[in-house]
Amino acid sequence: MEYKDYYKIMGVDRKATQDEIKRAYRKLARKYHPDVSKEADAELKFKELGEANEVLKDPEKRAAYDQLGSNWNAQQGFQPPPDWGSGFEFRGAPSGGDADFSDFFESLFGQGRSPGGKRGFHMQGEDHHAKILIDLEDSFNGASRSISLQMPEVTPDGHVVTRTRTLKVGIPKGIRQGQQIRLAGQGAGGAGGGKAGDLYLEIEFRPHRYYRVEGADVYLELPVTPWEAALGASVNVPTPMGKVGLKIPPNSQAGKKLRLKGRGIPAKAPGDLYVVVQIALPPADDQKARALYERMQEDLEFNPRAAMEVA
Amino acid sequence: MATEKVLSGQVLEDYELVTVGHLCRSCTVEVETVTLLVEEGILDPVGADVEHWQFTVTSLRRVKTAIHLQRDLGVNLAGAALALELLDRIAELERA
Repeated sequence: MEYKDYYKIMGVDRKATQDEIKRAYRKLARKYHPDVSKEADAELKFKELGEANEVLKDPEKRAAYDQLGSNWNAQQGFQPPPDWGSGFEFRGAPSGGDADFSDFFESLFGQGRSPGGKRGFHMQGEDHHAKILIDLEDSFNGASRSISLQMPEVTPDGHVVTRTRTLKVGIPKGIRQGQQIRLAGQGAGGAGGGKAGDLYLEIEFRPHRYYRVEGADVYLELPVTPWEAALGASVNVPTPMGKVGLKIPPNSQAGKKLRLKGRGIPAKAPGDLYVVVQIALPPADDQKARALYERMQEDLEFNPRAAMEVA
Repeated sequence: MATEKVLSGQVLEDYELVTVGHLCRSCTVEVETVTLLVEEGILDPVGADVEHWQFTVTSLRRVKTAIHLQRDLGVNLAGAALALELLDRIAELERA
């Protein structure tokens, strides 16, 4: 068994006061809370933190834990000493929610609370709710995606363990951000022969390099040259279903929206694809380019700030 | 262990509604908690009174997040409401 350094996990000194421990916990809990955090291993970090706090916040558990200090050896692995816990009375079970603590914790302080403990007979299992990140293209083509979920589970002897389940889920064509996929019976197991709960997966699109999505509509910012915008042109544009030819009408200003009807997300009411014109200026970094700009300056009567009354 | 079977589920629209009973069972919360969440503006029910309340399916995950924030970070429901609103704003900004 591996010894856990709860002080290191909390980032506090072994001599820290109870107040310092509380502050350290709150700060780290906000940082690694799985509902808030963007850190990759937030879930794991948050679990470790909860366990460390469970021990260090309780002066009695902390004192008992401190006594271990000299009794372990990293090479040998950890075993609680035979006289462990004598002279301490640990008050009740851990207070955390669906507590699922390490073997190290359980060997010292006993098991975490069983999440099924409060339930009556024939209770339906709890539903689980998670987000699933997919690519925009998945909604255009349909796809199947694997997701890994951490689920607390009660073993037959009453232990709570976290199991990682991998599910392969079909992503139906035309799905939009914010919609949910309900998988019946894939939530937590029921108690006393009750039905298992359901799993709800909320759809979220991964940010895309050049598409932006609003409902079923897709937006694409398309850079064009000043002469394409001024004179009109036929250009190839990417769409999630492959490239299409698009006519840029003459005198298109930056920000002009061109609608490709029905080329958005193929939902029941298909969305549209909006191409937003962006004008890219060629740099004036050589003689030839400078000469052309200078000629426009001389020959064109054009003041884009005419309406601003600044002359 | 990966299961190779591809599961297909039922697609729920974000505006689809569930009953207050469904919400309570799905999130394992009491009706009293739901009432508090409504008072804080975390949930926005349709329906005249508690018994007839209905909620959009997106409320399900919202309830869970609010409860977790309250339990794990020591914030009260008003604080959880603020955090949820800010999380929504961040998500919106990241999408734009």
